[in-house]
Amino acid sequence: MGADAVFRVDGLRKSFGQNEVLGGISLELHSGEVTVLMGANGAGKSTLVKIISGVYARGAGTMRLAGNAFDPQTPAEAIRAGVVTVHQNINDGVVADLDVATNLTLDRLSGKGASLLFKPANVRAEAKAVADRMGLTIDLKARVSDLSLADRQMVAIARAMAHEPKVLILDEPTSSLSSAEADRLFSLIDRLRGHGVAILYISHRMSDIRRLADRIVSMRDGVISGAFDQKPLDYEGAVNAMLGRKIHLDRVVARHSASAIFTAEGLRIAQGSKPISMTLGAGEVVAITGLVGVGKTALAETLFGVRKPLAGTMHMDGKPYAPGSAREAIAAGVFLVAKDRAESGIVGGFNIERNISLPFLKRMSSFSVMKTRAERVAARRQIDELGIVCRSEKDELSALSGGNQQKVMVARWMSQASRLFILDEPFQGVDISARRDIAAKLRASADGRATLIFVTEIDEALETADRILVMSEHTIVGEHRNADIDLDRLLAEVAGGPLHSAA
Amino acid sequence: MMRDYAIRYGFIVLLVGLIAYFAVAADGFVSPQSAVFIFQSVAITGVLALGVTATLVVGGFDLSIGSVATSAMMAASYAMVVLEQNAIVAVIACLVIGVIVGLINGWLIVYMRVPDLLATLGMMFLLLGLQRIPTEGRSIATGMTMPDGSVANGKFSEAFLALGRHRIDFFIPNLIPVSVVVLVVLAVLIWFFLEYTRFGRMMYAVGSNERAAELAGAPVKAYKIWAYVISGVFASIGGILLAARLGRGDIASGNNLLLDAVAAALIGYAVLGAAKPNAFGTAVGAVFVGVLLQGLTMMNAPYYTQDFVKGAVLVVALVFTFALSGRGKR
Repeated sequence: MGADAVFRVDGLRKSFGQNEVLGGISLELHSGEVTVLMGANGAGKSTLVKIISGVYARGAGTMRLAGNAFDPQTPAEAIRAGVVTVHQNINDGVVADLDVATNLTLDRLSGKGASLLFKPANVRAEAKAVADRMGLTIDLKARVSDLSLADRQMVAIARAMAHEPKVLILDEPTSSLSSAEADRLFSLIDRLRGHGVAILYISHRMSDIRRLADRIVSMRDGVISGAFDQKPLDYEGAVNAMLGRKIHLDRVVARHSASAIFTAEGLRIAQGSKPISMTLGAGEVVAITGLVGVGKTALAETLFGVRKPLAGTMHMDGKPYAPGSAREAIAAGVFLVAKDRAESGIVGGFNIERNISLPFLKRMSSFSVMKTRAERVAARRQIDELGIVCRSEKDELSALSGGNQQKVMVARWMSQASRLFILDEPFQGVDISARRDIAAKLRASADGRATLIFVTEIDEALETADRILVMSEHTIVGEHRNADIDLDRLLAEVAGGPLHSAA
Repeated sequence: MMRDYAIRYGFIVLLVGLIAYFAVAADGFVSPQSAVFIFQSVAITGVLALGVTATLVVGGFDLSIGSVATSAMMAASYAMVVLEQNAIVAVIACLVIGVIVGLINGWLIVYMRVPDLLATLGMMFLLLGLQRIPTEGRSIATGMTMPDGSVANGKFSEAFLALGRHRIDFFIPNLIPVSVVVLVVLAVLIWFFLEYTRFGRMMYAVGSNERAAELAGAPVKAYKIWAYVISGVFASIGGILLAARLGRGDIASGNNLLLDAVAAALIGYAVLGAAKPNAFGTAVGAVFVGVLLQGLTMMNAPYYTQDFVKGAVLVVALVFTFALSGRGKR
C-alpha cells in the first residue's frame, strides 16, 4: 500500500433503462499488484469491465489514470491510454487463421501510420521482440488455430502487453484452462507484476485467487461489498461479501428421507479430482452449492448421461444406472432442467405447448401421430400449476419474461413423473417472485422422487433444500442439513478453506 | 394488426391477384388444361423442393438435389437401354441412389463435420462427373454406340414412360399427368409427416435448437441423416419423372432443377407468415412460380426473361420472410 493508485474509479454508476447495474463503484488499482475482483453472476462485474475498457459509456462517476482524467469513448482509446483488457472468450483476443507473429503485431497493422504493405520480416522481428519480453516460447510461425487454449491465451495476453499498458484487466482467464496450463499463466502474471503493471483479475476460482491475489475486492448487486488487503487475506470474508447473507430468508422446514432412490459411489468427474459418493432419497430436495467452475454442471451432466464419469458407479432404485445419452437417462426417469435456458432449453420456433411436450412426444402420440389434444391439456395443466403468466398455451416463448420462460422449462420436465429431477441453476435470470413460485412448486411436488438442484447462490439453497452439499474442485466437500446450519463452516467449505485440506 | 395480416396473407393475396390478372389479360388462362399444365411444369422441381424442405427443417441445406435427380435419370436410362432391365429395376436403382447419396451427405455433415453447404456442394460436383463416366460423356438413347463399339439395343419400357406421359381421366378424359399425381401425393405425405408426426416435430426442434433437442432425448444425428435421406430420395423420384418425360438420358438436361427447387422452398417461408421451412409453403411456392411463368408465356413474354422473374419473386419473398416478420432465422 502506501503508493498512490495508478488507476482510480470513483462513484461509478450505470443503468440500463430502469435497471441500475452499478450503484456507485469506487476502486483503486496499484502498480505491481494483483487486485482480484469477485462477484456472482449479475453482480455487475462485466459491466464494470466494459466501462473501464471503453465499450460502454458510464452513467456517473470519474475515472483517473496516473493522475489524469480517463474517459475512453471506444475500446481503441482505452488501449492507447494504457488500459488493456483480455476478455473471457479467448478466441475474441486472437485471429485463429493467422500465425502467432501476425497476431502479436496485429494492432500495428490497422493503427494510425501503418504502412499499406507489410513486410513479413519486419513483422517477425517485431513479434519476436514482443515474445521475448514476455518470455513466450511459442513457435511464431504456428497458426493460432493449431495452438492449445492456454497458448492462445498467452498470445492474447502477449498481444495486449505489446501496448505496454499500465493497467491490465483479465476477465476469468482460467475458465477454460487445465491446472498445468493455468500455472503457466500464473508465472506470466508474476512476471507482469514484477514489471509494475497494475492487474485487475476477475475470477471465481479460489485456487487462482489464493495463488495470485494481493488484494481482493468483492462485488454484490452493483456495489463493492467488501475490500480485503490485510495479509493474510480473509478469503472466507471475501466469499461471504460476494454471496452476501440476507436477513430475511424464507427458511424451509427440513425433511428427512426414508428411502434412497439414487446413489453414486466413487464417481470421478475430472482428472485428478477426488471421488464423489452420495445418496439422494425419495421426497427430499437436495441442493449442491459451490462457486462457478467447481464442476456443478459437469456433475449434473454426468447424472443425466450427457457426460461420462472417469470412474465410479451409479444406481437408481438399486439397479445399476450408467446412461450413455440423455435419451437413456430420460427413459430411466432422470430429468434435467439444463443451465442457460436460451442455449440448451428453449426451442425458439415453438410455442409454450410444444416446448413443454418436447421430451415426451412418444408418450403424446399414437402411431407416431401427435395427439394435439393431449398436448394442449398437459400444457394448460402445467401453466396453471406453475402460474405461468401468458395469454394462452400458443404464446411464443420470446413473448414471456425471463422468469416465465424458466417456468416453462421447469414445467416441461414436471409434466411427467420423474424418479430423479435435476435442475442446474434454475434461478438464473429469474425474478424473485418466479423464483419463489418455482421453489415452492419443487418442494410441494417432491414426494415420490429425489430432487437435486445446483445453485451458486447459497441463499437459493437455503430457501429450497432439505439438505445442502458443498462442491469444490470437482468433488463434494461438505454436507449440511438445512436446520441450524453452521453458515461459517459452509462458507469456509465453499471457499475451499482449511477444512477442505483436512478432509 | 394490419402488418400481421400483411405478413400472414400477403403472399397468398399476391398469388390470387396474379391469377385474377392473368385470367383477364391472357386468353385461355383459366381452363382445366392450363391449370394442369402449370402443375405439370412444376411437378419435378416441386418434388425436389419438398425434399430440400426436409433438410431446411433440421437447419441444413442440400445443394446436391439437382445432380441427384440427373444422376437418377442417367441411371434409369442406363439400366433400361444398356443393361436391358425392366421398369421396376430402373426405379429401384434410382431410389437406391437417392438413399445412398442421402446417407453419404448425412455422414459427411454429422460425423465428418463438413458444413452442410460445402458437403452437398462437393457431392453435387461429384455426381455431375460420375453420371458421365459410364457412357464417356454421351447421352443415353436406344441405338447409341457404347464406348467399346457395341450398340445399346435396350429401350425405355412402356410402363416407365407412362410415369411421364400417361394422363389419368378426371372429369375430362386424359387430363391429369402421373407426374402431377406423384407431386400431390408426395406433398401431402411430407406435409403430414412434418406437421403431425412426432418425427417431424422433433426435426423442427433440431433445426431450431439442436442442444435443447438433444437434452430432450432426441437422437439428433439420426434425425439429421434422415433429413438428407429424405431429400436424396425425393430428388431421385424427381429424376425418375424427368427420365420418363424425356424418354432418354439427356446429359444436358436438368440444369435449372436445383435453383428452381431451392427458390420454391425459400418462397415457402413467406407463405402464411411461417418464417420457417414448411411443406405447404414449398408447394405454394412451386405453384406460384408455375403460375407466373405460364401467365407470362401466354402473354408472349420471351423465354429468356423467366430466370429474371423467378429471381425477383424469390427476393420479394425473402424480404417478406426476414424483414417484415422480423424473425430472421434460417
